[in-house]
Amino acid sequence: MEQNGLNGFGRKPQTIIEKVWDRHVVTQREGAPTLLYIDLHLVHEVTSPQAFAGLRERGLTVRRPDLTLGTTDHSIPTHDRNLPILDKIAATQIDQFEENCREFGIPFFGPHSKNQGIVHIIGPEQGFTQPGMTVVCGDSHTATHGAFGALAFGIGTSQVEHVLATQCLLQTPSQTFEVRVDGTLKPGVGAKDIVLNLISRIGIGGGTGCVFEYTGSAIRASSMEERMTICNMSIEGGARAGLVAPDDTTYQYLSARPHAPKGGAWDHALQSWRQLPTDEGATYDKRIDIDASALEPMITFGTNPGMGISISEPVPDPLSLSDPLERDTLSKALRYMDLPSGKPLLGHPVNVVFIGSCTNSRISDLRLAAALVKGKKFSPNVRVMVVPGSQQVKEQAQAEGLDQVFRSAGADWREAGCSMCIAMNGDQLQPGEYSVSTSNRNFEGRQGKGGRTFLASPLTAAASALTGVVTDVRTMLW
Amino acid sequence: MEKFIAFSSRLAPLPIDNLDTDQIIPARFLKTISKLGLGDNLFYDWRYDADGNPKPEFILNRPEGHAANVLLAGDNFGCGSSREHAPWALVQYGFRAVISTSFADIFRGNALKNSLLPIVVPRETQERLFATLQTDPAATVKVDLITQTLTLPDGSTTVFPLESFAKTCMLEGVDELGYILKQQDEIAKFESERKLTVDTWELVTA
Ligand code: SF4
Repeated sequence: MEQNGLNGFGRKPQTIIEKVWDRHVVTQREGAPTLLYIDLHLVHEVTSPQAFAGLRERGLTVRRPDLTLGTTDHSIPTHDRNLPILDKIAATQIDQFEENCREFGIPFFGPHSKNQGIVHIIGPEQGFTQPGMTVVCGDSHTATHGAFGALAFGIGTSQVEHVLATQCLLQTPSQTFEVRVDGTLKPGVGAKDIVLNLISRIGIGGGTGCVFEYTGSAIRASSMEERMTICNMSIEGGARAGLVAPDDTTYQYLSARPHAPKGGAWDHALQSWRQLPTDEGATYDKRIDIDASALEPMITFGTNPGMGISISEPVPDPLSLSDPLERDTLSKALRYMDLPSGKPLLGHPVNVVFIGSCTNSRISDLRLAAALVKGKKFSPNVRVMVVPGSQQVKEQAQAEGLDQVFRSAGADWREAGCSMCIAMNGDQLQPGEYSVSTSNRNFEGRQGKGGRTFLASPLTAAASALTGVVTDVRTMLW
Repeated sequence: MEKFIAFSSRLAPLPIDNLDTDQIIPARFLKTISKLGLGDNLFYDWRYDADGNPKPEFILNRPEGHAANVLLAGDNFGCGSSREHAPWALVQYGFRAVISTSFADIFRGNALKNSLLPIVVPRETQERLFATLQTDPAATVKVDLITQTLTLPDGSTTVFPLESFAKTCMLEGVDELGYILKQQDEIAKFESERKLTVDTWELVTA
């Protein structure tokens, strides 16, 4: 680092977070938030109808339908797409969404599109998500796109309307938070365990006001899909966004995608993307270090994603907490989960296993789970649902015979969608049931009223589906 | 957006940390295409039993909670999903402010756009309020946005932080979209300059 905190070009060293921000500032007025330009706006049926209604009321159009993409994922059933949608309210929402996209000229992947899928799966899959972009969506897991070095955050419906109308968003700058993950993961431990560990350490409010940048040798060694799993759950640590600086892994993944730049445009883009990584000497407002080699498979025991433990660790005792509010919060969670403290979850019976969601429904997740399951049968006591994140993932999995592996083990193989991650479409837990889920939220009732969720990796989920109880996958490794 | 005027109110205490938006409004109520009718489903799974009858012990079903326009919560209120249905439901039910030591970012932004004031207080103030309500459930606070002051039941006051932009919008009932739309020339300029320098992404429809 040069004197005065400036680098050789007389410019203060910047993090990638600041660089992407700076590239998108439209106006910066005294006493007002920054007006930030948005490169990609993803919309889905649940958080957009009121925004489109707002546009109609004001007589506005969509400024850049070409930078907007719609899909149906949240309330769409995951049964055969040729069957009617029985839930009339959901059917109306989906119809209204298609009508909105048509009326305002927005390209969309409807229920029958071969590209339909969870909004955070299809953006990267199609190559819409690219380094250095600003990406928004009326959905808190938009941080997923940060895996490409994009600044990607979830927004509310009012902001969906703002972006539709103006392609801009009012934002205040975030603090920067380096999450440094060094070391090599042990067999049976993966990206999901890294992020569950992070959240269990900082708590679900730990990243409030911040954007995470994931750095370190374990991140550099990870695949794009693993990076997406990690970035996806940044919001569960309270962060506005989370990202990974692009590198050759990123470019290699992108180059094969249908909507990535081609030819000269690709070379041009690459040149610009290579400027993005954090400068040497840049500083962050906060930092945490994670030793990947020390991690075990993680699992949650409570009613928020921060209530996580290593799989062999005991469930914590509320009495060990000195803060009364924290104690009450943990007691309430354990009452809801109907779990004793002081014992590990290992061996706890499981009713349902859900492999899916924008956290873990990409092809690599399915391959990982299928490799463990191949030639075996799931426990007869467990209902297993495997829900690919997109129709493209589904097709690929079928081409590789993964669907057969899951089906012959006794799983239900579904069409793409959010499914039991949010339980809006009829896929849900029954009251009192326990699930091991690869999704991202274990809030009370998240997967169905009265349902109880243990969040874990695809490997832990598959292992638990085979045995019928919460299982340490390392005892089963092939 | 409604203009925000100073008011006094009782408090509805919910002494739970990390109260998430799935509790505020469960996802199954998000299939609506309207903003209306959400207040009835606020905190549904805590408020009603399996048969849809009000649970008598839940704070909103008790007279003191029912009469409150201010919610007093644990730390990190509104975490989880980005659903703006959460502040819509709170506002439709009758809440005008939420007191906590911290708010999740997206919820906070959504609340401000709907005239629901997120009041950040120190931990000590939050604890004192919870304690006061245990002995006097009818205790009231006064909220004054102009001076950014919360007056506690004992008459003491605490000033809460708020960005001047959000404050002006709330006080004058201005919405952000109107403000952004006034900058269309700047947006057009940004777009055209950018086109000349960076052509890094292909248009979605291309
Ligand atoms: S899979 Fe779950 S978390 Fe992801 S977008 Fe769908 S509902 Fe949200």
